Amino acid sequence: MVSGGRSRARTVRAYGFAVAFLAAAVLVGAMAGAADLNPLGTAAALLDRLPFVHLSSGLGPLDRAVLFQIRLPRVVLGALVGGALSLAGAGYQGVFRNPLVDSSLLGSSAGAGLGATIAIVHLGTSSPAALPVAAFVGSLAGVAVAYLAGAAGGPGTSTLLLAGLAVSMFLTAVQTYLLQRSTQDIQRVYSWLLGSLSAATWHQTGQILPYLAVAVTVVLLHGRHLDVLSVGDEEARSLGMHPGRIRLVVVAGCALAAAGAVAVSGLIGFVGIIVPHAVRRLAGSSYRRVLPLSMLFGAGFLVLADTLARTVVAPAELPIGVVTALIGSPAFIWILRSTRSVRT
Amino acid sequence: MAHHPDQLRPLRRTPLVRALSTATAIVAATAVLAGCGSSKSSGGSASSATPSASAAAASFPVTVSTANGGVTIKSQPQHIVSLSPTATEDLYAVGAGKQVVAVDSTSNYPSGVPSSSLSGLTPNIEAIVKYNPDLVIASQDTGGLVAGLTKLGVPVLIEPAAAKLDDAYQQIDQIGQATGHAAQAAQTVSDMKSQIAATVKEAGTTHANLNYFYEVSANPYYSATSSTFFGQVVSLFGLKNIADAADKASDGGYPQLAQEYIVSAQPKLIFLSDNAASDGGQSPAIVAARPGWAGIPAVKNGQVIGLDDDIASRWGPRLPELVKEIAQAVEKAPAQ
Repeated sequence: MVSGGRSRARTVRAYGFAVAFLAAAVLVGAMAGAADLNPLGTAAALLDRLPFVHLSSGLGPLDRAVLFQIRLPRVVLGALVGGALSLAGAGYQGVFRNPLVDSSLLGSSAGAGLGATIAIVHLGTSSPAALPVAAFVGSLAGVAVAYLAGAAGGPGTSTLLLAGLAVSMFLTAVQTYLLQRSTQDIQRVYSWLLGSLSAATWHQTGQILPYLAVAVTVVLLHGRHLDVLSVGDEEARSLGMHPGRIRLVVVAGCALAAAGAVAVSGLIGFVGIIVPHAVRRLAGSSYRRVLPLSMLFGAGFLVLADTLARTVVAPAELPIGVVTALIGSPAFIWILRSTRSVRT
Repeated sequence: MAHHPDQLRPLRRTPLVRALSTATAIVAATAVLAGCGSSKSSGGSASSATPSASAAAASFPVTVSTANGGVTIKSQPQHIVSLSPTATEDLYAVGAGKQVVAVDSTSNYPSGVPSSSLSGLTPNIEAIVKYNPDLVIASQDTGGLVAGLTKLGVPVLIEPAAAKLDDAYQQIDQIGQATGHAAQAAQTVSDMKSQIAATVKEAGTTHANLNYFYEVSANPYYSATSSTFFGQVVSLFGLKNIADAADKASDGGYPQLAQEYIVSAQPKLIFLSDNAASDGGQSPAIVAARPGWAGIPAVKNGQVIGLDDDIASRWGPRLPELVKEIAQAVEKAPAQ
């Protein structure tokens, strides 16, 4: 849709910036932490893992355990979750042609919250593996119910959104009811609802990777379709597309990405809204660019936010949701004020 | 189920009343109770007179100063409702168990307490009043508990989570005075003090080389500093708490610790207070299996101790048992 050397240069610049931002975030995230590892040794230990590179890091076995089993999985999981949430947010905004939508609005967060609460209250701690599964299933089920309820109300995106809102409220009410009946679980449920990457493991990253891979592939392949949809359903039909089918596929992809993220990190808000908007300001509104760039910037943003969460008050930690909102909001307002407005 | 007082019976037998909504019925009951409160207080203690009880009754009215101010109790309470598991243990320890008519859903010790579905976290005043209490003890004043019950003429003692050992002793004394068992309460306290002193003396108080991590919850990892009640109990032995480095006034002594800090601090002892199935289900085996934790001395030396959560989270008469649990761990720890 966009042509000419200037916009191509802009695109290249945006991708270069995004990749550099993510790489810098991962490096900072790997080098900083409460454990006071030697930053140079950390960098050497990381480079040593690359093929054909052999460096002596000077890190002891304890330091290596901290770096490779606690800090690094957390950085990688943060990148995956941030990328998934931002991609899902951008995808939803394209599907609904609405700048304020993200996975929290379409039954995904509420469904995950209900799933997690049921797992904590009813399964207790007998099967800890059940919690991410319940959140994952709950998230997908929440979106599915919202979608079915909305689709039954006729075509159009606003019906779907309102249905999502109603389903979210219903699911949240059920969750609150369950919690009220089981007050001893309140602390665990709220810890989960606040979102956290503090217990990240390689096992978790491995668990969500296949789902994210499928979701990312599906959503990224639909950038052009979302661009056409943003003009209108009529135009899309005149080009031989099926708006309803596109919406269903993209929503399914976004729901899968968000479900994967939420299963391992709880509810981390805000990322899915601000990252895609910041990206639009940087690289224009075509979804062919907004989707992949949102994923890259979102990954870097969450890694940085989590690094702050675990370092500013070290050896204590802040909840990551506090950091994403405290740092993200002013940064977002600054981006809004210093760039020109673009179409969503 | 608790026994309902006589004056409620005619009201409850009426079919019309049964048919009414629960709310209306309870409001009616409340009005009856509030009206009869004063006349009842004169006859309450006489009916169950035993030699010691009548001696105790003589000490009334008594004014106890608690977290919610001075509370005057006109005569020895015979229908006590406890909304705090610690208060329940205190009541039975001082010999007031027979006067207890209902305890909240988390009170589970001693066995045979009159359990109910009452909640101390989200108290329902109408549900409490159904037990026709002449004394209510809770650990926090939420949901207008004190104001609501005071309006109905029911005295309330708020005995909040103890900040230090002396608070715990003081609360037992207060509960003893309020229930007419002051002497037995004083005896309970002095027994606790001497048991704790003996345990600490045996284990020694100079274990500054032992540092410990106290796990309140995993994922995220919350801990408790030396300024908390548990921290002070462990400080009796002179141990160092790794959470103290993260102490900030804003946490109230319960900071969230970065996992990599816990591992790199190399604690020699780990105490788990989240090892019951109901509040975390962690165990020494689960701790050992956490990625990166295998190198922690406490894990290597089998010094991860799953505390009895009920004992560790309360500040009642079973404190000496908590001190013993800690002492056993300290004594087993390898000398440096």
